[in-house]
Amino acid sequence: MGETTRRLMQGNEAIVEAALVAGCRFFAGYPITPSTEIAELLAARLPQAGGRFIQMEDEIASMGAAIGASLTGTKSMTATSGPGFSLKQENLGFASLTEVPVVVVNVQRMGPSTGMPTAPSQGDIMQARWGTHGDHPVVAMAPASVGETYEATIKAFNISEALRVPVVILLDEVIGHMREGVEIPRAEDIQLLERKGPSTGPADHLPYADDGTGVPEMAPFGTGYRYHVTGLFHDETGFPDMSNATADTLMRRIMGKMERHRDVYEWTETTDTEDAEVLLVTYGSPAQAARSAIRRARREGMKVGEFRVVTVWPFPEERLRQLAGGVREIIVPEMNLGQLRLEVERVVAGRARVSGINRTDGDIFKPDEIYAGIREVYGGER
Amino acid sequence: MNDKLKAYFRTDHLPHIWCPGCGNGIVTAAIVRAIDDLGWSKDDTVFVSGIGCSSRAPGYLDFNTLHTTHGRALVFATGVKVARPDLNVIVITGDGDASAIGGNHLIHAARRNIDITTICFNNNIYGMTGGQYSPLSPTDSFASTAPYGNADRTFDLCRLVEAAGASYVARGTTYHVTPLTNMIRRGLEKKGFSFVEAMTACPVYFGRRNKLPTGVDLLNWQRDNAVPVSRAAKMEPEELAGKIVIGTFLDVEMPEYTETYERLLKEHAADRSGE
Repeated sequence: MGETTRRLMQGNEAIVEAALVAGCRFFAGYPITPSTEIAELLAARLPQAGGRFIQMEDEIASMGAAIGASLTGTKSMTATSGPGFSLKQENLGFASLTEVPVVVVNVQRMGPSTGMPTAPSQGDIMQARWGTHGDHPVVAMAPASVGETYEATIKAFNISEALRVPVVILLDEVIGHMREGVEIPRAEDIQLLERKGPSTGPADHLPYADDGTGVPEMAPFGTGYRYHVTGLFHDETGFPDMSNATADTLMRRIMGKMERHRDVYEWTETTDTEDAEVLLVTYGSPAQAARSAIRRARREGMKVGEFRVVTVWPFPEERLRQLAGGVREIIVPEMNLGQLRLEVERVVAGRARVSGINRTDGDIFKPDEIYAGIREVYGGER
Repeated sequence: MNDKLKAYFRTDHLPHIWCPGCGNGIVTAAIVRAIDDLGWSKDDTVFVSGIGCSSRAPGYLDFNTLHTTHGRALVFATGVKVARPDLNVIVITGDGDASAIGGNHLIHAARRNIDITTICFNNNIYGMTGGQYSPLSPTDSFASTAPYGNADRTFDLCRLVEAAGASYVARGTTYHVTPLTNMIRRGLEKKGFSFVEAMTACPVYFGRRNKLPTGVDLLNWQRDNAVPVSRAAKMEPEELAGKIVIGTFLDVEMPEYTETYERLLKEHAADRSGE
């Protein structure tokens, strides 16, 4: 029986160690701040685990190589930041449509453009959802600590494999570079999910058939299942079909599988919400400052709760709707000028007032700033 | 098509989408003949393509087939090959796909000398989108985006790939089918990065605007302008203007990427056991 161990780790290092535990055996990357440590560490660590690392010529290439490797049945990942995430978008959309499992880490930095490469940001929240063209399924997770990054990385591979969908891990520079103690779970306590293999022989295999779950079976290349993968719309055989009926069926299935398997990816944390009058909706590193601010506000008698979103996309609509009915004010602290707040406003739909506390100067939140924001909405009603 | 070759096609997905007079079927058949000569298994061979007319070829071939994004076939293929070095990986691309949007990937796949055979169907035009000039359209030729003639200088992709570090580089045409088949077979056999440029006819979007309106006109154009590499070596640059130099430009043995990576891991096995 193994024991849990505690290790001091950087967020980027937690990604690497958890990816290896999750079964990642291929990584393609390109140097970019502040995500580079992920590539550096995997260049050494992957071969130790029997995996393969390659530094590609650009970000587009790393995304494509990760998808190619995944098609051979190898769990694959790439990592990037800011401008690199923009470059990956077309091939990310290819993975969404062709339903190839792949994990993409984006250690967010201040943008747009080259921006402030070493400064933290949460400016890519909307890009993670809508960065590639067309309606498409995608999962994005924004852990709030190094320990949670470890957990989220394992979960990211599980979700990607189980639903055949690309999963984006949205760190921010703070989480990526901060060192925290991480409780490493015992191997026997870690549950790993694998993509579903074919249930029939090659002759009867339909690579994009819906077996009732919305998630098709997936055969690795080079195992006797000779099938076609294309970024064109395709029918259940995998071959292109430009008919309106096929397009409609395909789009509704790949979007529908996300709606029906919310239990696989939905991950939220609620604290102090029972009697809350004011609710903070948090994600990523600002949640740490928010926690401290909430504790102080509570000590002073303010009824403040927290709804923390770890899986940001698809957004946990139902859960927030329930919570929104019981509060009068919702505050969304973000290191951007209000991106997730737009989604919160849409879901809350007038049930409570929604405001933001925003930083867009490349610095992190201090607990005092969030406390002041809480204070302000509490106003004279205390 | 004879029955032996038919076995390599997904005949239920034929007829193909290519226009009458298109040369892509000739190149595709040459690829299949080369594979048949080598006796490669369909299960262990992966075709990867980008976007364009030629990139639709893998859909008709009964192998593991992957039709990717514009210009990016080589990066997906690199992922396949690094993850499964035992598989045969073939990339089918076009002149625009390989030289413009995918030019960087072509350079770096050649530089790594990764064991992938790339066959570039060069029809001198962007056919799928209706006849815009590509980096391989001849200077002064006409295209939908070159109504007054093409001001761009044309590109010798074989020289680029050779300079970038490939192991095998050749150019053939759809008129000279047997040599083309032999070049492809040699490229497939070669351990390392192989590049075969196959001149192919696009009568509809290239030929019609350039006084070569049929597939036969373009085949004759290939016949009349092809110069073997040995003869070209003795010709002056002015004499070579407008000619198609065909033959093998490079055929060398060099360390292959996936093998080099494996060797390094073995050599540093002691460093790696520091778990």
